[in-house]
Amino acid sequence: MYAQMVKSAGTGVKSREEMSEQERVFQDKIDADIKIEPKDWMPDDYRATLIRQIGQHAHSEIVGQLPEGNWITRAPTLERKAILLAKVQDEAGHGLYLYCAAETLGVSRDEITEMLLDGRMKYSSIFNYPTLNWADIGAVGWLVDGAAIMNQVPLQRTSFGPYSRAMIRICKEESFHQRQGYDAIRKMAEGTPEQKKMAQDALNRLWYPSLMMFGPSDKESVHSAQSMAWKIKINTNDELRQKFVDQTVPQAEYLGLSIPDPDLKWNEERGHYDYTDPDWSEFFDVIKGNGPCNVDRLATRNKAWDDGAWVRDGLLAHARKKRARNLAAE
Amino acid sequence: MDRDEAFLQFLLRMGDNTLILGHCVSEWCGHAPVLEEDIALANTALDMIGQTQMWLGLAGEIDGGKSADDIAFLRDAWDFRNVLLVEVPNGDFGRTLMRQFLFDAWHLIMLGRLMKSSDERVAAIAAKASKEVTYHLERSGDTVVGLGDGTDESHDRMQQALDYLWPYVGEMFSSDDVDAEMVAAGIAPNPADLRDEYDALVGRVLTAATLTIPESRFAHKGGRDGRMHTEHLGHLLTQMQWLQRAYPGATW
Repeated sequence: MYAQMVKSAGTGVKSREEMSEQERVFQDKIDADIKIEPKDWMPDDYRATLIRQIGQHAHSEIVGQLPEGNWITRAPTLERKAILLAKVQDEAGHGLYLYCAAETLGVSRDEITEMLLDGRMKYSSIFNYPTLNWADIGAVGWLVDGAAIMNQVPLQRTSFGPYSRAMIRICKEESFHQRQGYDAIRKMAEGTPEQKKMAQDALNRLWYPSLMMFGPSDKESVHSAQSMAWKIKINTNDELRQKFVDQTVPQAEYLGLSIPDPDLKWNEERGHYDYTDPDWSEFFDVIKGNGPCNVDRLATRNKAWDDGAWVRDGLLAHARKKRARNLAAE
Repeated sequence: MDRDEAFLQFLLRMGDNTLILGHCVSEWCGHAPVLEEDIALANTALDMIGQTQMWLGLAGEIDGGKSADDIAFLRDAWDFRNVLLVEVPNGDFGRTLMRQFLFDAWHLIMLGRLMKSSDERVAAIAAKASKEVTYHLERSGDTVVGLGDGTDESHDRMQQALDYLWPYVGEMFSSDDVDAEMVAAGIAPNPADLRDEYDALVGRVLTAATLTIPESRFAHKGGRDGRMHTEHLGHLLTQMQWLQRAYPGATW
């Protein structure tokens, strides 16, 4: 997932009477589950909203490499190191598909990257939290990828063709990551007292930030209606969060770990768990740039981009020379 | 030195090379100049860690039934048998790719010989690794050419990288009693015999990259026999082995 608080462009959902003929045809296609392809006509606001959403998702994959990369050099076994490397490589690959999907909407990868680097575009709040012990790597797979999958599975049916197709590929890999994450944290939960302590510590720190990944409560979410009408967003934030809680609580119980929420309990009447909402003031702080790692994450990405400028320039210059030589030889 | 001991040393040399270089390359995760390079670096590191599991797995079998992890995470620096080239720090992207190229070229030639090893297990590992390393060499070679023959700045950086790394090349071709024993058993070639092919290959690529090979053939040595590693290896191990050392006996 990794798209939170994506602001829908435009003034809100239009009634059929307010729509132009083109807009009506467009909305009819969406309602009939016919995919919108890059060359099809689309409202400017639909395009702008999708660029924001896909861009934020892509950036999250890229910045998401950092908290996981933080443990690659300290992975405790060769097997765990290989699994983590493969996972981080997959995440970078997801970033690549998504940037390609965004490019079909008319924004280049360099443009959208610049917007990440200068702070105009966001990435998921979750990656502004640190990974402090090895169990965090298991917890990231289990909880963070688990939450991402909740959002991405429905997005496989999203209205924009390239985004939908990227989601189908990404979901396959994400469910694999989630299983690997769960396996890693299970090993810790069943391990020595110190390992169990690491697992519980990871869950304590990452539980509420994972719930935040779905975005603010529907009551406060001002952007949902238009995105849902466009089928860019399929479920509400609260629906997905509830589904995540319902899925995750039994998994934690199986591990013998406690979810850090004293008010968590099964509600027979609703058929769901009741749970405590995350501290939304903390969420808005993180979104504004005051999370524990915001400044460092962005500085790291900026440094990588700036340090790499000579490489990109060098390879581009070489490609031009090669083309010129080939032309001259013809 | 008996044959089993020599075989063990040979396997450690192969496995430690890929372990240490794989570790160094993995440090790039999330910091590469462009997304495709992030993916390629992670992929290269992943291949090398996979090769490490095979080489050190076999070494463990020879060495009284240890696991590859025991060998990787529970030895101190003096027991490591990698060449010094793979433990020098990443430096900038240019140095990382130049180091990769200088290693890949040796590695592919070596694996080609090992595919004909009298030991079937060695031949099988070499055959699998060789497929991966063919791609590593293609990529590192192309990148060295692209950056060497790119802008003035990229050319200068690549020349500096080559000048810095060249004194570490010779160790890959040095021979000792271990090698003599491996040659006698038909398990592995004499490293010195790979040098002509290496020079031809590397010369071709570096010429295309408009880079100049330093004249000196001086070679730093001490890694593949463990006599004297660089100062860098100890730091690398403190990070790599930390969890295994801090929580002995835990399974992960």
